[in-house]
Amino acid sequence: MLTRVLPRFGTRRSTHIFERNFMVYRSQWLMLVSGFFEPFFYLLSIGIGLNSLVGNFHVGGQVITYATFVAPAMLATSAMNGAVIDSIFNPFFRLKISHAYEAVLATPLDVNDVALGEVWWALARAGIYAASFIVCMALLGDANSVWVVLCWPAAVLTSFTFSALGLAACTYMRSWQDFDIVALVQLPLFLFSGTFFPISSYPGWLGAIVSISPLYQSTSLLRGLALGQFAWIMTFRMAYLLVLAFVGLTLAARRFRRILVP
Amino acid sequence: MTTGPILEARDLVKRFGDLTAVKGVSFAVEKGESFGLLGPNGAGKTSTLRMISAVSEPTSGSLTILGLDPRRDGPEIRGRLGVVPQEDTLELELTVRQNLEMFGRYFDLPRNVLRERASELLEFTQLSERANDKVDDLSGGMKRRLTIARALVNQPEILILDEPTTGLDPQARHLVWERLYRLKREGVTQIITTHYMDEAEQLCDRLVVMDHGTIVAEGPPSELIARHSTREVVELRFDTDSHEELHERLSPFAQRVEVLPDRILLYVNEGDDTLRELHAVGVVPTSALVRRSSLEDVFLRLTGRTLVD
Amino acid sequence: MSNTLDVTAGWSRWRRSWWYHATYYAQTWRGSVVSTVFFPIFFLAAFGVGVGHLVTAHHGLVQGQTYLHFIAPSLLATTAMQQAEGESLWPVLAAVKWLRTYHAAAATPLEPEDIFYGKLAWVVTRSFLTGVFYTIVIGCFGAIESWWSLTLPIIGALVSLAFAAPLVAFAARSQSDGSFVTIYRFAFVPMFLFSATFYPVSAYPGYLRPLVQLVPLYHGVALARAAAFGQGSLGAITIHFCFLVAMALVGIAWGRRTMRRRLVD
Repeated sequence: MLTRVLPRFGTRRSTHIFERNFMVYRSQWLMLVSGFFEPFFYLLSIGIGLNSLVGNFHVGGQVITYATFVAPAMLATSAMNGAVIDSIFNPFFRLKISHAYEAVLATPLDVNDVALGEVWWALARAGIYAASFIVCMALLGDANSVWVVLCWPAAVLTSFTFSALGLAACTYMRSWQDFDIVALVQLPLFLFSGTFFPISSYPGWLGAIVSISPLYQSTSLLRGLALGQFAWIMTFRMAYLLVLAFVGLTLAARRFRRILVP
Repeated sequence: MTTGPILEARDLVKRFGDLTAVKGVSFAVEKGESFGLLGPNGAGKTSTLRMISAVSEPTSGSLTILGLDPRRDGPEIRGRLGVVPQEDTLELELTVRQNLEMFGRYFDLPRNVLRERASELLEFTQLSERANDKVDDLSGGMKRRLTIARALVNQPEILILDEPTTGLDPQARHLVWERLYRLKREGVTQIITTHYMDEAEQLCDRLVVMDHGTIVAEGPPSELIARHSTREVVELRFDTDSHEELHERLSPFAQRVEVLPDRILLYVNEGDDTLRELHAVGVVPTSALVRRSSLEDVFLRLTGRTLVD
Repeated sequence: MSNTLDVTAGWSRWRRSWWYHATYYAQTWRGSVVSTVFFPIFFLAAFGVGVGHLVTAHHGLVQGQTYLHFIAPSLLATTAMQQAEGESLWPVLAAVKWLRTYHAAAATPLEPEDIFYGKLAWVVTRSFLTGVFYTIVIGCFGAIESWWSLTLPIIGALVSLAFAAPLVAFAARSQSDGSFVTIYRFAFVPMFLFSATFYPVSAYPGYLRPLVQLVPLYHGVALARAAAFGQGSLGAITIHFCFLVAMALVGIAWGRRTMRRRLVD
């Protein structure tokens, strides 16, 4: 159990937060289902028009369509976007607007349980989204090898990292207007992390900057896995995402405590 | 089981940066008692309450709740308390019943137990008919009752209420009071903060008066009134702005005179006698009212300020 | 009471509503200005330059244009749509339900219609200003080829009006924001992706093309493209233009009703 490895981040009681979210979202299932369609539409659109405009790609000796090139990146992006909604928007609402957490803290749950519970929820949702996305890739012919199934754990890891970072960021939000800043970080990450064109298009120094982007690391990891092209650098990419997740979670737990029980 | 107090605070201090919200308060609450913290906004009541709810840690001082130390046994203590916060903090997206059942899950209560208990509590707070409505659609009084029901879901040994009826209309208030009174009869210990003196008089067996983070008086309401005020109060209004001048003229007629911006209070034992005496010497107010002393007068006496400003 | 479609008669009143919306925006403009400034630059850099390189290398020109030139005008149209969407759903629901600021306004000499027109006027103003900025950015990327490009801000304003009118009308009759996310995901995202925004309509199989031409944003994109390149047949341009105007008029007629019902009846 992860809770045993990371006792400082919360206890088994954190699962009740998961339960709570499940109950709330049961009535909004359409919203959950619809979230899956967004990346599907993107893949479909690219397949219809851009495949022929951009032509085929040569990656590590394989010839792939543009949609096959972009699909893993879209999977990583959707993991990031989902984490932003689950870990920044919704907790912000409960932390600063509805004060739902304050009621929870009057029960045996501790601040860390609350933070960790939100991460569980984000992960569970991410797991479902990622699985359905991979099915989509296969249906639209954008998956070239059976190794694409390995994208699932990697996508969940991506969600974990962005959820932890998002939860930390959430505590710094002062009002809804600060979310413009979130979008201002999110959009360039989405556009420039090797999503739509390879990072080799950049001049060297810019490429170095882009490689800091966690979304770039995740995109590269997922692309390698989807094509069944394994390399040692993948271990580094995973470690990078894990370290960021750890940093985010530590910061989030500390900030939650400062806000909720000063 | 020891027979000592169910909650004991000694020299509690709570500091937020440079601000000291609670400056060393000590009190003890007995089992089955209704204990009140009375004071104006900003007196340190809510900060005190958050400490004795085992949510926020005292900066210094000692605190024992149900014989346990909140620094070490926070989750266990909170599992045996019920808290009604100042803001309702309900889950607006969930139904009335779901709010209760979900909250119960935080206490690790099994679902079938919760289903039953939710029904009982909805009955108790007269919300059964609204059980499947979204909380968003409830009136203020109903939300308050639901918050109280929610605090009872774990059958707490101590119920902690922060301003339970602030913002409610008189009818909704009386309904809340009546339910709290019933709980008291069932033996639930209650700790209540309020800035309404009538609420404190109605609900509390014993209370402390807080001001600027300290306790300025302690005792049962009737005793506090007897100790710090006279039996009756005459409230006079005059059609003049020079109340100070009147102060001198009136002081021979009362044990104590308080001049407020809009009226003058005379502290006396027999209000009607005083009024007659005043008439005899030609003091004619535009309006006069004789009433019994209340905690409001105690507070005015102790701090020189009114409770609700 | 003004029950005819004589909009100008109420101008002295609905300009107050416009002023109210502008003042409100003035207090919250920082974040959105940053996104207005940076988002087009980001998009043009990523798609126009980044993906554009790939397209040029493989396919060459698209409809006689470089890929950057090809997509620049469509981004102006999509941004106008997105701005209308951002201004019209949640803010309007907040004003008629959560904050009830429109109810407060309706208690003054303003009629519900005045509030509605003022809101639309403000959305149009904002989109026009954004359009001016966009046109400059597009110009900086070298994607302007005709004097007709000067009409791009007006096209942006028209697109945003065509979307804002029905959206405000819808939001004014909504009880919760539950459906908004669904609208966003099932209407706006697909429109953004399937309005011949990123590739010509000829990419679709023949039987799908008429369908694409029913998508409102398609007409905005086509109009913007015609203006930027200074080409296109008069007939086609008239159709695109009329489609958007019709959408705006239907939205206005609907919105007058829903706003009045929400605020007065």
